[in-house]
Amino acid sequence: METLAVNEAALEALDQTVEITADEMDKPEFKFDKTVGSIHSENPRMVMRNVNVHYGEKQAIHDVSLDIGANEVIAMIGPSGCGKSTFLRCMNRMNDTIENCTVSGDIKLDDVNIYDKKQDVVTLRARVGMVFQKPNPFPKSIYENVAYGPRIHGLAGSKAQLDEIVRNSLERAGLWSEVKDRLDAPGTSLSGGQQQRLCIARTIAVSPEVILMDEPCSALDPIATAKIEELIDELRQNFTIAIVTHSMQQAARVSQRTAYFHLGYLVEVGETSNLFTNPSHKLTEDYITGRFG
Amino acid sequence: MSSTTVFNSTTPHRDADAVNRRLKKRYAAERRFRLYGLLSVAAAITFLVILLSSIVANGLPAFQKTYLQLDITFDQNLLGIDDVSDSGQLISADYQRVVKEALKVKFPEVSDRRDRRALNALVSNGAAYQLAAMLKADLSLLNTSQSVWLYADDDVDTYFKGNIDRNIPESERRLKDKQFQWLDKLEAEERVKKSFNWTFLTAGDSREPEQAGIRGALMGSFYTIVVTLLLSFPIGVAAAIYLEEFAPKNRWTDLIEVNINNLAAVPSIVFGLLGLAVFINFFGLPRSAPLVGGLVLTLMTLPTIIIASRAAIKSVPPSIREAALGVGASKMQTTIHHVLPLAMPGMLTGTIIGMAQALGETAPLLMIGMVAFIVDVPGSFSDPATVLPVQIYLWADSPERGFVELTSAAILVLLVFLATMNFLAVLLRKKFERRW
Ligand SMILES: Nc1ncnc2c1ncn2[C@@H]1O[C@H](COP(=O)(O)OP(=O)(O)O)[C@@H](O)[C@H]1O
Ligand SMILES: [Mg+2]
Repeated sequence: METLAVNEAALEALDQTVEITADEMDKPEFKFDKTVGSIHSENPRMVMRNVNVHYGEKQAIHDVSLDIGANEVIAMIGPSGCGKSTFLRCMNRMNDTIENCTVSGDIKLDDVNIYDKKQDVVTLRARVGMVFQKPNPFPKSIYENVAYGPRIHGLAGSKAQLDEIVRNSLERAGLWSEVKDRLDAPGTSLSGGQQQRLCIARTIAVSPEVILMDEPCSALDPIATAKIEELIDELRQNFTIAIVTHSMQQAARVSQRTAYFHLGYLVEVGETSNLFTNPSHKLTEDYITGRFG
Repeated sequence: MSSTTVFNSTTPHRDADAVNRRLKKRYAAERRFRLYGLLSVAAAITFLVILLSSIVANGLPAFQKTYLQLDITFDQNLLGIDDVSDSGQLISADYQRVVKEALKVKFPEVSDRRDRRALNALVSNGAAYQLAAMLKADLSLLNTSQSVWLYADDDVDTYFKGNIDRNIPESERRLKDKQFQWLDKLEAEERVKKSFNWTFLTAGDSREPEQAGIRGALMGSFYTIVVTLLLSFPIGVAAAIYLEEFAPKNRWTDLIEVNINNLAAVPSIVFGLLGLAVFINFFGLPRSAPLVGGLVLTLMTLPTIIIASRAAIKSVPPSIREAALGVGASKMQTTIHHVLPLAMPGMLTGTIIGMAQALGETAPLLMIGMVAFIVDVPGSFSDPATVLPVQIYLWADSPERGFVELTSAAILVLLVFLATMNFLAVLLRKKFERRW
């Protein structure tokens, strides 16, 4: 991981939720015309163009276009309520479950529009997995937690195969050595960090191509966070990862590209090292230097 | 984004005495509050104990029954049997006469017709059925003499249970002085005993308390509850799942929700009227049948079950649903694999409350004829039947002293039925409640 010449102290001070109110839109300094930086990726896996998301009347995402490249980790940062989670949830159609949420625009996974009528959400979500903010293991055993996905998708032909998938997933999530003797123990008996790694194991057990992570470390202590960050870096070899985080240090540590969202707009996107050391947009600069607002 | 609050006021002066006084007051208030709680619990328990002990005290005697021992001669001529192989004759033979004869032999000094009738009244006319059963089981008894314990009449039974005072004037009691003499004589010869009243558990209803049993009502209640459970649980749970997990939130579902809540508050007799109009008059289902009773009680308990099940489904954390959807489970898989098991304990609780309600219900069943006097124990869902609470009501309404005990005993049976059902539900809930 690259070390960045960012004022750590300033970041520390900012490493907290920043609230913005709706009427900040009207403030003179907020004028949005065009995303700064390159939205393109050399080897795009997911391609999103002109995405708009509404919750009823209220627009949460304004005309966002972005590529996510294969085997890259892209971090999405921005003040709380700026639409990071909303945008992330568009990528595996988790927003479908919200009653009044409407998504428009183009979102393609390997050149196939995922909002196409013919697209089955179940197979989509097997290809685009998700890890949530709060660890949410099923109230079942550790084994069952990991085995559930492969089982419903029929990925294992036999018990031995299923055992293999479970073991492999737990190993890749860095949890195997800690739980191999108590696979029958309830998943909820693990510590918070272990639970989150269990959730990651559960996600990779169905062999997704893309993994979405919505603030996966916000409920964890620093040591557990460090473990997950390490894990994310390893997972990059095999998966494409989009991670929402409210911690700029984390974004700097784990991602190759970073996208800065503000009030539903994608303000700036670029190489992580560039964006943090040399932000182009005034808003981005304000946010990362803590002079925001 | 940044907001600073300026504390202008000086920190309030902390006077140790004042603090102590306030603390003391707070502790006193806390103790008082605890005491109130304890008192109300104690009051509730006291009432429960009084209620239960009075029912048990009243009802327990009904589980015992008085028998009189007589030397019965199965005289073929007296019985009027000429063809032993004719089972119809065996049943309709004049056993009453044999009993009268036995009494005559026992008390030869009684000659007056009125006295003889008083003497014969000591033995229940159910004794005839006892003898018929004996003879049918063993034909070799014919023309032999046997010592048989016969059912005593309910007045005799009441007397031996200590509920008839010999000291009140003769004209005001059910047993006369002469009858007491005869009974004293029998007792002196140890020809009176009390033993367990199997009739109560094995017979249907009767006009005679000593022959009346709870079996008919028990089976009626059982069949009715089975119908209710089999219909209301799946329908209620399915409705709740649909409304919570699948239905779009719009005006129609709002309307349905309001109506379900209102239905829960409709007086139960209205459901009886509905059952009468729809199931009996329109669909032509049999009157007085557990099937119809179960249908009516299903209508009555559905709202309870739906409301409880919806609450149980609502209480399942959304993060579990997200987790399941996130690994690619379909909506139905999410519901069946994850939501339902977690909601099951709550659903079962609601169902048990509904079933307990249904088990204790009389009003709607009156409307569909389950209040009829039915002697036979029902053997199927369409046989005429009555249910426990209706039986209790019928017995409570009967004048004979024997029915007072039967009423309390029937209440005991109803309570045991309820307790068993609750116990099963608790077991089931425990099984599902392994939420980690
Ligand atoms: N289910 C919802 N219904 C209505 N509005 C929502 C819903 N979820 C999020 N929003 C709104 O959309 C905006 C973006 O929210 P979100 O994507 O959660 O922001 P972030 O994850 O960046 O904090 C917020 O203004 C929020 O109030
Ligand atoms: Mg969020």
